[in-house]
Amino acid sequence: MSKIHVTAVVNGDTAEFLTDPGTTLLDALRDELGLTGSKEGCGSGDCGACSVIVDGRLVCSCLMLAAEAEGHRIETIEGMAHSGDLHPLQQKFLEHAALQCGFCTPGLLVAAKALLDTNPDPTEEETRYWLAGNLCRCTGYDKVIRAVLDAAAVLRQERRAA
Amino acid sequence: MPQFDYVAPTTIDDAVKALLAAPTAKVLAGGTDLIVQMRAGRARPATVVDLKRIPGATGVRREADGGFTIGAATSGAVLGEDAALVRAWPGVVEAANLIGSTQVQGRASLGGNLCNASPAADSVPALIAARATCVIVGPAGRREAPVETIQAGPGRTTLQPGEIILEFRLPPRPKRAADAYLRLIPRTEMDIAVVGAGVSLALDDAGTITEAYVSLGAVAPTTLLVAAAGQALVGGKLTDAALEKLDAAARAACNPIDDKRGTIDYRTKIAGVLARRAAAIAYNRAEAR
Repeated sequence: MSKIHVTAVVNGDTAEFLTDPGTTLLDALRDELGLTGSKEGCGSGDCGACSVIVDGRLVCSCLMLAAEAEGHRIETIEGMAHSGDLHPLQQKFLEHAALQCGFCTPGLLVAAKALLDTNPDPTEEETRYWLAGNLCRCTGYDKVIRAVLDAAAVLRQERRAA
Repeated sequence: MPQFDYVAPTTIDDAVKALLAAPTAKVLAGGTDLIVQMRAGRARPATVVDLKRIPGATGVRREADGGFTIGAATSGAVLGEDAALVRAWPGVVEAANLIGSTQVQGRASLGGNLCNASPAADSVPALIAARATCVIVGPAGRREAPVETIQAGPGRTTLQPGEIILEFRLPPRPKRAADAYLRLIPRTEMDIAVVGAGVSLALDDAGTITEAYVSLGAVAPTTLLVAAAGQALVGGKLTDAALEKLDAAARAACNPIDDKRGTIDYRTKIAGVLARRAAAIAYNRAEAR
């Protein structure tokens, strides 16, 4: 069981690390690359706290082996704000108080970003279904949904202005 | 997680060799079942063979005859984004897209859903009703087998040592044909089917049903192809009398368990109800073409 050398693009930068075959992408991100924003809630793909985007596709990093990341492009919560400027989703989560303990928040933000990357104007129903795999025990979800729809409106406006 | 060797071969022949080399080896597609089972200690493979670097194991291809070939490790999200596939096989795609969350859809595959061999696998009744076949590669070469021949019982398949499902084939469709899949769960998302029903129909120009296939999930140790339920619909329109015969044939085929998700009586009744409703959806879709 020798270590596997993995090269991937993480938040736009090339990252290299050594991993055991049995290490998940989530554990490699946290323990090898120090990116501790992605959380382990359940470890079985039910809660979404470990959500990351791989080649544009939303996945649970606890349900992917680190070795599978070879050659792929990974976006985590750490790549969302740019040089101190919060992403509109992060800003709207603050304004709507769409978090309390914060444990699910990185996963919700990454999942919501994946939604708005492909669907800039989702309905409330589409947003609720899209985020059904992200569990939050604090907010009751309403504030989260309002924050995502509000951020979508901001992003549409920014796009029109650009 | 228990330790194992990870290999990601780039040819199907190398994957077959790697699978044969370790008797406990497991095939990895999307990992949404296998990785959970390994973490829980229920699966302890010596080697994990990742299929996703093998050409053909991922992606959707339209064949010259109008049929489709789907790589066994293709994610549900990719299926849902293929407009031609969604149009030709709405039932297969809606069944695959019911599995788990958006995150799970980013990884979970038809091959994994079938080989995990859960009686409640959502995509399997739709594939069986669609008359889909599996292209299986193994030490003896390549063979093609109907999807309904793969499950042997909960968690068990009929695949022989070293055999891998590389892709699925969906046949070409007549002009007026469509399919549908419905499942019952106590909420709207993120649950396991209490009962699932897949129906695929073909109609003539007058709306008479010329072909009908009905498959039921979660009502027996394996997903059922219920020939009598299909025959109940062939030769006429979707009348109340035909639906009554379909309902009775679906119920007669059930051999479910009692568990926390549903009793034997409940599952049996619901199998008839879902078969009727899925048939109505498939019929309306076919008529609209």
